[in-house]
Amino acid sequence: MSILLEKESRVIVQGITGRDGSFHARRMKAYNTSIVGGVTPGKEGESLDGIPVFNSVEKAVRETGADISVIFVPARRAADAVFEAAGSGIKLVVVISEGIPVLDVARIIPYLEKYGARMIGPNSPGMISPGIGSLGIFPTNIVEKGCVGVISRSGTLTYEIVYNLTVQGYGQSTCIGVGGDQIIGMRFIDYLKLFEEDPQTEAVVLIGEIGGTDEQEAARYIRENMSKPVVSFIAGKTAPPGKRMGHAGAIISGGDNTAQAKIQILQENGITVINEPEEIGEAVGNLLS
Amino acid sequence: MNIYEFQAKSIFSSFNIPVLSGEVAGNTEQALKIAERLGYPVVVKAQVHAGGRGKAGGVKLARGSDELERYAEDILKLKIKGLSVNYLLIEQAAEIDREFYLGIVLDRNSRKAVIIASREGGVEIEEVAKNIPHLIYKQYIDMEYGLLDFQAQLIGFEFFAEKEKALLVARILKSMYSIFVKKDATLLEINPLVITRDGRIIALDGKINFDDNSIYRNPDIEEFSLIDKKEDVERSAKEHGLSFIPLEGNIGCMVNGAGLAMATMDIIKKYGGEPANFLDIGGSSNPQKVIKAFEIILSDSNVKAIFINIFGGITRCDDVANGIISAYNQMSIKVPIVVRLTGTNAELAKKILSDSPLISASCMSEGARKAVELSRKGVSL
Repeated sequence: MSILLEKESRVIVQGITGRDGSFHARRMKAYNTSIVGGVTPGKEGESLDGIPVFNSVEKAVRETGADISVIFVPARRAADAVFEAAGSGIKLVVVISEGIPVLDVARIIPYLEKYGARMIGPNSPGMISPGIGSLGIFPTNIVEKGCVGVISRSGTLTYEIVYNLTVQGYGQSTCIGVGGDQIIGMRFIDYLKLFEEDPQTEAVVLIGEIGGTDEQEAARYIRENMSKPVVSFIAGKTAPPGKRMGHAGAIISGGDNTAQAKIQILQENGITVINEPEEIGEAVGNLLS
Repeated sequence: MNIYEFQAKSIFSSFNIPVLSGEVAGNTEQALKIAERLGYPVVVKAQVHAGGRGKAGGVKLARGSDELERYAEDILKLKIKGLSVNYLLIEQAAEIDREFYLGIVLDRNSRKAVIIASREGGVEIEEVAKNIPHLIYKQYIDMEYGLLDFQAQLIGFEFFAEKEKALLVARILKSMYSIFVKKDATLLEINPLVITRDGRIIALDGKINFDDNSIYRNPDIEEFSLIDKKEDVERSAKEHGLSFIPLEGNIGCMVNGAGLAMATMDIIKKYGGEPANFLDIGGSSNPQKVIKAFEIILSDSNVKAIFINIFGGITRCDDVANGIISAYNQMSIKVPIVVRLTGTNAELAKKILSDSPLISASCMSEGARKAVELSRKGVSL
């Protein structure tokens, strides 16, 4: 078992005829993800390596029975793409697009709740469940099927840690980038709950960074609700306050959202925090043995 | 993106939030002319993107031209939290009776906009929140319906029992929310909102932060940033699709991805070095981008070594290596460069780099250790 994505899932790609959308739709399909269609308004009738293109998500869902959508639509139109997906019956929306206005994301949240849809991202590399499929841009050659669940606010830093897990002999159940923006759909505790329930997952790696308080909420949640061990890495110990470190969400704006404060709260709640990515295998190994 | 107080006040004015008459000056001469038009006494206020300017001596009351001249000259020489003062706001003086705080902020936890209000204004709201939390009023705003009249009025009556004044506060809040939504702000503060001895309610100081992702649909806000010539390097980096922040150390960093870039800074520090910058080159291996990144890093004369840390996921390491080599060959670089490329096609990349004077490292910790060592030796290639 993995979380969120199953062999039976039916996936569409919004923005499938764009540069990134077409490139990654092909990669996801090559990884045996069940990509059943794509959406680009005005291009219905075309196809991408046999994947049919539709004008609307509504039509794509009707024709293919899709329940997951991966969004590569450019930032200025991405918010509307999410509304369209949720409003057309998609249950999991994976938003790769970066740079969506944050107030638009704030308006998306209640809409998703109303339609019972969940969102990974925005500004996320997506997720991959080794052996099952890929939703987004995760490199497929660094993962291996196994028992470690990975959740992260970052992209390449996640790849770095997942790569270290793989070469050190620890495969993954599911790896997820939760998104680097100020406001995101599902948060650490939502994923922790799914990993706790997932029989394949035996340990979880949580990769956090400066800004916000999601790691602190996660720390408390882990102590109160999780039986599976969690290892964490927090980036940004040397980040200066008041400066946005690339991600819209990565900015130190008060005392309690520094890397040091987060590490302290994680440790106080019994969570192992590693100092550099290469220590991940040993830390996970210690907790699993 | 931040704007200055005088710019925030021009937005307040256009949304009918009462402010004092005032104008911005770039030098003492202009300040004197403005004061003459307004009539003394006037208040001189340093315009900087930092709090605590009152304590730093950046706000003065001038009763005549002699005083104004002296204060304006002094303030223009000040450094407030490391920032120089290029502009002064010259404003009518007012006698203050009481100070309040009004703010709207986008709250990450509730994922809603929140009104924060307090009868203790004029001080940092974080201090009030910590020390006297019962004096903070919050109203969460449902993003579907916006700020409702009753919510604004609740705050109004927290401030004033008198209906007329309470409704004025409510009206100010509604205007604040309009600005917040129409201009894509992420934080908007009036601190303090004051009532003067003669009974006027006025926004005495204001702060607005805007969402960088929404600047494309707010061209008027982008204009505000153009008066700043500072932070040239950061801006030119941005124009080239690079995310750059200068730091105090001597090891230049070039990394793909923001999280990995922060982790790279941290690991340099862990091995006893000091990072000179945060630099995320994004997902591209484009040599032009790499050249620009080198230029930016080397514009800092403190840099004694460079650590390039690339995780090739979708980006192929051999492409990045070629980009680095062609950038390196086009430039004259005197400091040692440690390159660590892992991921897709890393072996090919290693071959490409093996014929160059660049020092290769096979993992992040090895790269960081080598860069720290080289930065200490101060060797040149």
